[in-house]
Formats: sequence, structure tokens, C-alpha cells
Amino acid sequence: MNATDLGKSKTIQAIGFSFLRLITAITAIPIIGLVIYIVVKGAPAISWEFLSAAPTNGMRDGGILPAIIGTIYLTLGTAIFSVPLGILAGIYLAEYASENLWTRLIRIAIINLAGIPSVVYGLFGLGLFVIFLKLGTSILAASLTLSIMTLPTIISTTEEALRSVPNSFRVVSTSLGASKWQTVRQITLPQALPGIVTGVILGLERAAGETAPILFTGATFFLPHLPSSPLDPTMALPYHIYVISTQIPGMPIQIQYGTVVVLLIFVLGMNVIATLIRSNARKKRQW
Amino acid sequence: MKNSQYQGNRIINSVIRITGYSSVLFVLLILFFLLREGLPALGSTPLASLFSLRWYPIEGYFGIVPLILGSLLVTVIATLIALPFGICTAVFLAEVAPSWLRDILKPIIEILAGIPSVVLGFIGILVFVPFIRKFLDIPTGLTAFTGALLLGLISIPTIVSVAEDALNTVPGSYRQAALALGATQWQTIWHVTLPAAKSGVLTAVMLGIGRSLGETMAVMMVTGNAPVMPVHLNSIFAPVRTMTATIASEMGEVASGSQHYQVLFFIGIILFLLSLVINISASLVSTRSRGRAERLLS
Amino acid sequence: MRRFSPLVFLFILFLTACQAAVNSTAEVNAALPVETIENKGSDTIVNLALAWAEAYQKVDPHVAISVTGGGTGTGITALINGTVDIANASRRIKDEELSAALAAGYDPQEFIIARDAIAIIVNPQNPVDHLTPQQLSAIYKGEINNWSELGGDDLEIVRLSRETNSGTHVYFLESVIRLGNPKDDAIFSADTLLLPSSEGIIAEVKENPHAIGYDSLGYITDDVKMVAISSLENPADYVLPSIQSVNDNSYVISRDLYIYTLEPPAGVIKEYIDWLFSPEAQQIVRDLGFVPILKP
Repeated sequence: MNATDLGKSKTIQAIGFSFLRLITAITAIPIIGLVIYIVVKGAPAISWEFLSAAPTNGMRDGGILPAIIGTIYLTLGTAIFSVPLGILAGIYLAEYASENLWTRLIRIAIINLAGIPSVVYGLFGLGLFVIFLKLGTSILAASLTLSIMTLPTIISTTEEALRSVPNSFRVVSTSLGASKWQTVRQITLPQALPGIVTGVILGLERAAGETAPILFTGATFFLPHLPSSPLDPTMALPYHIYVISTQIPGMPIQIQYGTVVVLLIFVLGMNVIATLIRSNARKKRQW
Repeated sequence: MKNSQYQGNRIINSVIRITGYSSVLFVLLILFFLLREGLPALGSTPLASLFSLRWYPIEGYFGIVPLILGSLLVTVIATLIALPFGICTAVFLAEVAPSWLRDILKPIIEILAGIPSVVLGFIGILVFVPFIRKFLDIPTGLTAFTGALLLGLISIPTIVSVAEDALNTVPGSYRQAALALGATQWQTIWHVTLPAAKSGVLTAVMLGIGRSLGETMAVMMVTGNAPVMPVHLNSIFAPVRTMTATIASEMGEVASGSQHYQVLFFIGIILFLLSLVINISASLVSTRSRGRAERLLS
Repeated sequence: MRRFSPLVFLFILFLTACQAAVNSTAEVNAALPVETIENKGSDTIVNLALAWAEAYQKVDPHVAISVTGGGTGTGITALINGTVDIANASRRIKDEELSAALAAGYDPQEFIIARDAIAIIVNPQNPVDHLTPQQLSAIYKGEINNWSELGGDDLEIVRLSRETNSGTHVYFLESVIRLGNPKDDAIFSADTLLLPSSEGIIAEVKENPHAIGYDSLGYITDDVKMVAISSLENPADYVLPSIQSVNDNSYVISRDLYIYTLEPPAGVIKEYIDWLFSPEAQQIVRDLGFVPILKP
């Protein structure tokens, strides 16, 4: 290639790189802009009273405590059902399963569970848990629905975390006479734990923010007292945001933004914790 | 090994085996349930009516065609918006950006992934809808385009992270060979690396499409929900009604077992099958190398 | 495992905080409610039901009332499925719904708890301020498409409506589009925007000069302009909706608001429903912009 060709290519490259920088900036900057905009508009509404009191005056005053508690309950409920099942299933895929047609089928099933639209989960949850199993509109029904939705995330990340543990660990353990389960429990799983925890938190983060699956399985517009049993319906932050931004006349705009900020803090906070765990683990990795 | 230990192991192993099969169980359960409640729609509603062009269930008009087209229109536009931004950002992150910049940008993209769709719908109503109406001088800002814009935002993180993974999986030797032959980095990216990562990028796009197709809240709040047949070019800037919004809006009011209930479940079946097709294609297309995670020997 | 102790510690702290929050609110709800009444249905009535629920907590702190919207259709279906105690409805129960309830072994009871006007609203910039019922029907059927045909600006008309699960929507279909004629089978034009809530309609109409919408009187704010409607009998007499014009029947698009129970009410449900007809409850009706049943 002669000098002018090289010069031309370099110019093209410079233009190209600038173009990529521009596109990335256009993608990334609005995201920050959006978050800042929401925080700026919503932060004034946040006070201790906002976080700890119940709504009054038709939701236009007071706080959003029941919605916050409701989201916490739903997230915990989801965790109870999906975490043990998901981790065990991930262990199966990483440590026990051989690569045959049956395993292929399981993987396809997981990918599909991950891709099912959230409203279809809502349909399923309504039909099976609310009506067929007669759980009614309840925290239990909503948690079960959300758990099945979260399962694929936990299974995949568990499997990947386990697979990233070098095989030499397992080989050494087996050669010392440990059974497969002993190896998994005492060697492989602890090594993979940061990755698994990250995956669990990310999965629960999505469950906390979803509206469609809880629309008809557990969410309610107004509850005068906190739910006292898993068979009670509950208020929840995502549903609350949907309601106050579309249903209530004269809703102070600040309260709407404030509620969004609380949900964002909850969800993005989980994101930050997961990222911290992941990068911390990467540094402390023993291989 | 002692006998009791052996028994304990057998039990644990069986438990784990059973949980492994659970995902298949759930998919089948969901499919079974959808079919059980939705297939009767084919019996109770004549096919001509089901595939007619008017959706007005309370008066017996069960034409689902406007809904299917509505979902498709919004999804296609969303993908057209998200694709260039997603791929270019992925290329930038994987190939061009210095690592300090990457460490800042990746979390930002992940923040977008974490924002719940109801929040995006909320911003959509308050900010995008009036803006689009004034900016494009159209009768209303509640349009397919507005919905597609939000969906594009929602699918960008999926496209970016999967495509970036795919690009990172391309062995360094490919790039080095190209550079050694005198190519610039730019030429390498577009002629060597990206084609090598083709299947992974394609997977990314398909997963993005799947995400857009299945989104409910954001579209329900900003597309106007009018069951119009979106067949003209300017249907993009007119209201539209998606399958997901239809189910979410009407799900609660249907009497269990009624014709309307069955048709809604039937729409659910269609959504389920569409996502099945997209996801299976995506997994067939993707190379099954788990690159950075696989360590057979160390 | 040592590296996880900060995480475990944080988690325990978090759970403790939750427990504290729950305990503190439990103290606030000193007399823990004994009975819950589940109330679901019309989005038109939902804010009224909410105000009633809040007020009733002071009347009888042992009863807690949970309120949800979802539309009249949703409420009645939930009633038939047996998952709520009281269904709020902004239209009368349909025959097929009634038969379903009777077939399930219930004995549904109907109560009229307030009256309501459906206001027709347009953007404040829109010069059009009166319409005949026929014009209104033609607009929503898609026969009139531009404001200039009605003496307004040259703007395409954007029609807004509630979703089909809304009692208000069904009422509008029967009384306005079909002009009360049960044999008419006209329906909304396909490009009518079906918005999921009353507030959504207000939000769009106050923003958009093309828009026309309808909403319950209780939702109307000063940001939108109401259109005076004449009646079939007195086509030149244009009337704006108000408590007065609903009660003397001069505003034609008025209706009753209902609640339904599965059985003749007893116990706490009966006490609550009786209270709904008290002056205190009916004052709340008036405060929210609806028309009280009880005349002062």
C-alpha cells in the first residue's frame, strides 16, 4: 500500500472513530440526562415523611410507605421461591448434566422462559395462581408469578459462575476422595458465589420493577393497612407509579416524580450492589 | 464412603436432577395453560371473525389482525432505531474505547437496562408525547413512533451487551493478523472482527427484537391504543394498538371462560409462539462458545 | 466466607429496618383491623371509593377497605369470580353478567350511590363550545373529521375514549353514539384512542388542540373546556353539566353510579353501605364533583 492510500485509510479511520464516539455519546448521554432529570424533579418530594407515611387525601398527600413495603415483600417473596430452585438448577446444568439432547432441551426451555413477555406471565399467573389455585389477588400469587419469571436469570448466571471456576479445583477435590456433591458444596460453589449473588440481585432487580405480572395477581390501588398475610393484596411501587401517573386527577407532579425516584433508587441501588460485588470478586479471584 | 453418606448423596443428586428439569416443566406448564384457555377461541369464534380487521370485543368484533400488525410495526421501528445505536456503541466499547472510558460507559448502559418500563412510560407521557406532537406537527403524540422510541431505548442495553460479548470473543489473533497485513484498526473492525462475530451480533439483534415484542407498560401508556390497521407509511405517526397492551388492558374485565377471555389467551399463545421462534432462532444462531467463562484446563 | 460478613451484616440491618418500619406503622394502626372489605371496579368511581374508604376508617377503625380500579367490567367479573365483596360500576350490570352471577349461586344486589354527568371536553383553545347529540355521535363514529366542519379551526379531530372495560365507555356507546337506540349497532370509529384511564384523557385534551374527549364530571379540571350539549327534545337549548343540570335532567348525558354486592349485605358490609347514604358520605360525593343521591 502506498503512502496516499495509507493516509486515506487513516483519515477514514479518524472519521469513523469520531462517528462511533458520537453515536455512543448520543446513546449514553440521554440516559444520564434522564436519570438526572427525574432526580431533580423528584428529590424535593422526598422526606422522611414521604418514605414512612401512608398516602392520604386520595394519594395526593402523605407518603408511599405501603408501596415501598409492598415492593420489598414481593421481592423477598420472589427470592424465597426462585433463589433455591434457580441455584440448584444451575448446579445441575453446570456440574451434573451431560451434553445430550435432554440437556439441550432444558437450555432451550430456559431461553424461552427468559423471553416470554411479562404480560403473558401475568395471564399465566392470573389463570393458575389466582383463579385455579384460588390464591386470589395476593402477595403469594404475585411472588410465584414473578419467581418463574426470574428463574431463567438465576439459572443462567449460576451456571455461568460455576463454569468459570477452573476445572483443576474439581479435579483436586475428587482426587482427595470427595463426592460430587461435597465438591460442589465445599469447593466450587463458594468460589462461584460472587457471580451467583450478582445474578440473583440482578434477577430480583427486574422482578422489583415489573408491573405487568403483578397487575392482576397481587397489586391493589389502595390498602388502608399494611398487608398482614401473604394472602393479602398489596400496593407496590411500579403499580403505584402507573396508577398515580394515569388515574388520579390533580395529582401533584412532584409526588409522581418522587415515587419514581424511590423506585429508581431501590432498583438501581441493587444494580450498584451487584456491580460492586462483581468487581470486588474479580479482584479477589483465586485464579 | 460410609453408607449413610452415600444415601445422602443419592438424595441430594436426585433433588438437583429434579430442579434441573424444572425449567422444562414450567415452559410446558405455561404452554399447556395458554393452550387450554386459548385454543377454545378457535372453536367459539369463526376464523373469519378472528382474522377480520376490526377489534371491538364488547360488541363481538374479535379481529386480531390490527393488533398483530400493531405489535409488528412498533417492534420493527424500534429495532431500526436501536440497531445502529446498539451496534455502534458495542463496537466502540469493544474495539475503540480506552478501558477507563469503558469502565464508565458500561455501567451507564446497565443503568438503562435497570430502569423499569413503567418509569420509561411515565417519562414518555410527560415528556415525549407532547414533544413529538409539537415537533412533528401531528394531531397527537400518542403514536406508534413514540412507542417505538421507548422500546428502542429498552432494547439498546440488550443489543449492546450481547454484541459486545460477541466481539470480545473473537480471538485476538484475527485482529493481529489483519493489522500485520497493513489494515487500519477501522478496516479490521468492519472487515474482520465484526464478520467473525456475526452470529453473536445476530443473536443480540434477535434478543433485542424479542424484548421489544414483549414489552407492555411503556407501549400501553404512549401508543394511544387505537386498534387501527397500520398499513400506510404515516401509520408510523398515528396511534396503534399492540397485542401486549390489549391483554394488559382487557385482562381484568373478562369473565373466566368467556369468548373474550379465550381470545385474549389466544393472543397470549401468539405472543408465546412468536417469542419461542425468536428465541430458538437466536440460540441456534449463536455460537455456543462460552469464551471467557469456559476453562477446561487451567 | 469472611469477605461476605459485611454483606450479611448489611442485609440483617436492612431486614431490621424493614421490621422497624412495619412495627412503627403497626403502632399507628393501633386497633388492628378485624374485617377487610374488598372493593373493586370502576375507574370513574375509584377516587370516590378511596375518599370514602379513608373517611370510613375514622368512622369504624376496625374495618379496612381495600380499593382497586380496573374498570367496571373488571369489578363485576371479580364479583362473579367471588374475589371481591363490593363491585363499583359506572354502568348497569349486563344481562349476561347477571345470569352468570345467578348461575354461580349468588343473589346480586344493586345500589345507586351517586349520580354523574359525562362532560364532553375540548382543549381551551378550541372555539367550539356547543354541540348537538347528533353531532357528537357523528364525531365519534368517524363521520365528522375536522373541527372546521363544526365552526372551529382547520384541525383534524383526535377522538379520545376510555378502554372497553370501562363502564363509562359502554355508557357512552349506548347513550351518545347510539343516541339511546337499543337497535343501533354503530360503534366507535377505529381510530379512536382508547386510553387506560380518565386522567389520561384529561392530560391529552389539555395539551392538544385537536382533541375531544369525555370524562366524568368528577375528573374535570380547569385545564380543559366543557362543551354544552343540547338534547334531542330541545335541540337549541345547550346545557353545561353541573349538579343542578343533572338533577333537573336538563343535561342529557347523565347517569347513575352503582355498587353491586353478591348477596344482600350483612354485617360490616351492610354497615358500610348504609353509611354511604349518610349526609357525611354524600358530602364527599359532592366534594369530589359528583352528584349526591341525597338531596340537601
